[in-house]
Amino acid sequence: MMTVDAVGLEERAADLAKRSIKKHAKIQGLRIAIGCIDLTTLEGKDTPGRVAQLCRKALTPDARDLSLPHVAAVCVYPSLVGTAKKALQGAEVKVASVATAFPSGQSSIAVKLEETKEAVADGADEIDMVIDRGAFHAGRYRDVRSEIEDVKRACGPAALKVILETGELGTYDNVRRASELAMEAGADFIKTSTGKIAPAATLPVALVMLHAARDFERRTGRRVGVKVAGGIRTAKQALQYLVIVKETCGDDWLSPAWFRIGASSLLNDILMQLWKERTGAYQSDEYFTKD
Amino acid sequence: MTQARKTKTAIRPANGRLAMTAPSDLARLDAWEYAPAPEARDYLAIKPRYELFVGGRWQKPKSGRHFATINPATEETLAEVAQADAADVDRAVAAARTAYEKYWRRCPPAHRAKYLFRIARAIAERSRELAVLESVDGGKPIKEARDFDVPLAAQHFFYYAGWADKLEWAFPNTNPRPLGVAAQIIPWNFPLLMAAWKIAPALACGNTVVLKPAETTPLTALRLAEIIEQADLPPGVVNIITGAGATGAALAGHRGVDKVAFTGSTEVGKEIARACAGTGKRLTLELGGKAANIVFDDAPLEQAVEGIVNGIFFNQGHVCCAGSRLLVQESVHDVVAELLHRRMQTLRVGDPLDKNTDIGAINSAAQLSKIEELVRSGDDDGCSRFQTECDLPARGFWYRPTFFTGVSMSHRIAQEEIFGPVLSVLTFRTPDEAVEKANNTPYGLSAGVWTDKGSKNFKIASQLRAGVVWSNTFNKFDPSSPFGGYRESGFGREGGIHGLLPYIEARP
Repeated sequence: MMTVDAVGLEERAADLAKRSIKKHAKIQGLRIAIGCIDLTTLEGKDTPGRVAQLCRKALTPDARDLSLPHVAAVCVYPSLVGTAKKALQGAEVKVASVATAFPSGQSSIAVKLEETKEAVADGADEIDMVIDRGAFHAGRYRDVRSEIEDVKRACGPAALKVILETGELGTYDNVRRASELAMEAGADFIKTSTGKIAPAATLPVALVMLHAARDFERRTGRRVGVKVAGGIRTAKQALQYLVIVKETCGDDWLSPAWFRIGASSLLNDILMQLWKERTGAYQSDEYFTKD
Repeated sequence: MTQARKTKTAIRPANGRLAMTAPSDLARLDAWEYAPAPEARDYLAIKPRYELFVGGRWQKPKSGRHFATINPATEETLAEVAQADAADVDRAVAAARTAYEKYWRRCPPAHRAKYLFRIARAIAERSRELAVLESVDGGKPIKEARDFDVPLAAQHFFYYAGWADKLEWAFPNTNPRPLGVAAQIIPWNFPLLMAAWKIAPALACGNTVVLKPAETTPLTALRLAEIIEQADLPPGVVNIITGAGATGAALAGHRGVDKVAFTGSTEVGKEIARACAGTGKRLTLELGGKAANIVFDDAPLEQAVEGIVNGIFFNQGHVCCAGSRLLVQESVHDVVAELLHRRMQTLRVGDPLDKNTDIGAINSAAQLSKIEELVRSGDDDGCSRFQTECDLPARGFWYRPTFFTGVSMSHRIAQEEIFGPVLSVLTFRTPDEAVEKANNTPYGLSAGVWTDKGSKNFKIASQLRAGVVWSNTFNKFDPSSPFGGYRESGFGREGGIHGLLPYIEARP
């Protein structure tokens, strides 16, 4: 396994974060970012009403600018997959569901598989599973891997995103190891975080995962996407992630097929920045719908 | 997923006004290119003509001649600067001598510190102006001038300001005394930073200075003269004279000078050493290099590639401590070469004032032709050449980031300092072989070691005959860290407590 030097990695990520993205590049970048968003609500108080409204936002992020893309997916708990599916009927926006005892993953494999199958049966296009961090830290890598393989089988036609929960992995070497493990086990995406643990996504962590995905493709010919999630709230952050993707993997990765941003409040900040680019002034947040 | 496919008919919302752009189309429309992000230079005032800064005044050269300094990225003339001849050198050395006897050797050390702090603060306050000036006069990317050259220059003044009144503690029981007048000749690769490296320790120790910047990059040193003027230093403590090699030779050979400090090519360094021999002048030289950057198979390769890129392409490779010889363990040669080639394609070559530019312009036409000549020798020797495939601006001096594989120790490109963005890749099999090859050069300025194994890292580092060894990083600098060479890379150290020694007499 390729080892990671933390100092050098963080330095490179900080360097890339300094790219100056202005004018048309900013507008184009923000449009790409919208298209890569997995618009997410994962709260105990989520209801069908809340999810339906979020789906509407997913389809038309800004009612004043219909030229904007829709987001990539709506990400919900399994119990709300049906609601989301109905609200997005006929649209290209995917329904993603977290599963496998999200966010802790502390449950039996039988329960995890059953939950996955139900979500897929309800219409989930994508499953966001969590890895068993307990097993990972105990050194039972084979168990982690076989669990991912089992869930992948349970997904059937649905795409599988594997959440590494990098905030609990402790080192970049572990992030690299977990990334490789997940990809070898059949992940379609590797994902940083549940969003329930701090730190969630960071630029260096994303960089390690992109390196791993790029090397995996070179080695096996199969491309696995990368999803960053948790703590990405500003347009500026989103652009920094796009820069890292572009300069590490290339322009053809700037697509929801290979890159996703799991977020909720990010979308409105992007819309605000786009209006600022258009008018030269920031609008009050009351001009942007809070769904 | 199947369900979604089945229902993939055109969406028909009730109000029928919903137009959607599929996100998958966005990136396909056209590649996401960064818009130009040029640093503004309109506020930067460059005078049409600069005179010599001697005795605290701007004086016309006795030679009566001036020469042009150009922007290497556009070939436009930026300003004319005075050409100092032997008579001008005489006048500058005399001014420095007067200032030494009259003010500076009598100045209480804490007051010397006060002046140095003042200069440091002024550099920090005018950092943007200095960064832009450094970039237009020398061709380096604004991000490097902004994040490296200028802040580090200020830090050097801050650092040595702190030592000025503590020399007795730095060298206890040695009664440290200043030497007198220091002649300092600096190169064109880090013009302001080299001026700071030279001037700060000299003044902290109580010497006065005659500094000559390189003829292609005099403007930031002249701006530093303005800062020194505003800092109200006693007249003649710092004198800055401009000119080419003849001016430097006259300065180094002047009989009124007590100390010569030179940074530049080994060839000129040898001439200066010959001129100073037997004169009693103290001498320090910081000369060329052909540093080995050693990458073992257990290295963090992704970061090693960043270190290789930084090691050789930083400042277009115009770095005496550049990691210009990559020694890579044969078992990882191919993967490193592939990663490096891929990484190089993302380097952004062009307008040095663009904030996203990674590689700027080659400093001068003469340097460009030297690089081209050595690359031709690499081609002729049958080495494989790889380059960044990018467009280069039509005007100005440019060279594509380049590396050669299949290089042998006996090839010229493995032996001679290219001083440009050109890397020679060689292989080794065992740690002993790596050390042997790394040390097999007349130079010895710097080296890099890349391995995740700590014990190996320390062991190799201690066997390398180089003034600086970087472990799992490259081109890192700090005012508190000494820098200097072995053998043909020179002698004497700059930076840190060691950097004081060349400027004091420290015997009881």
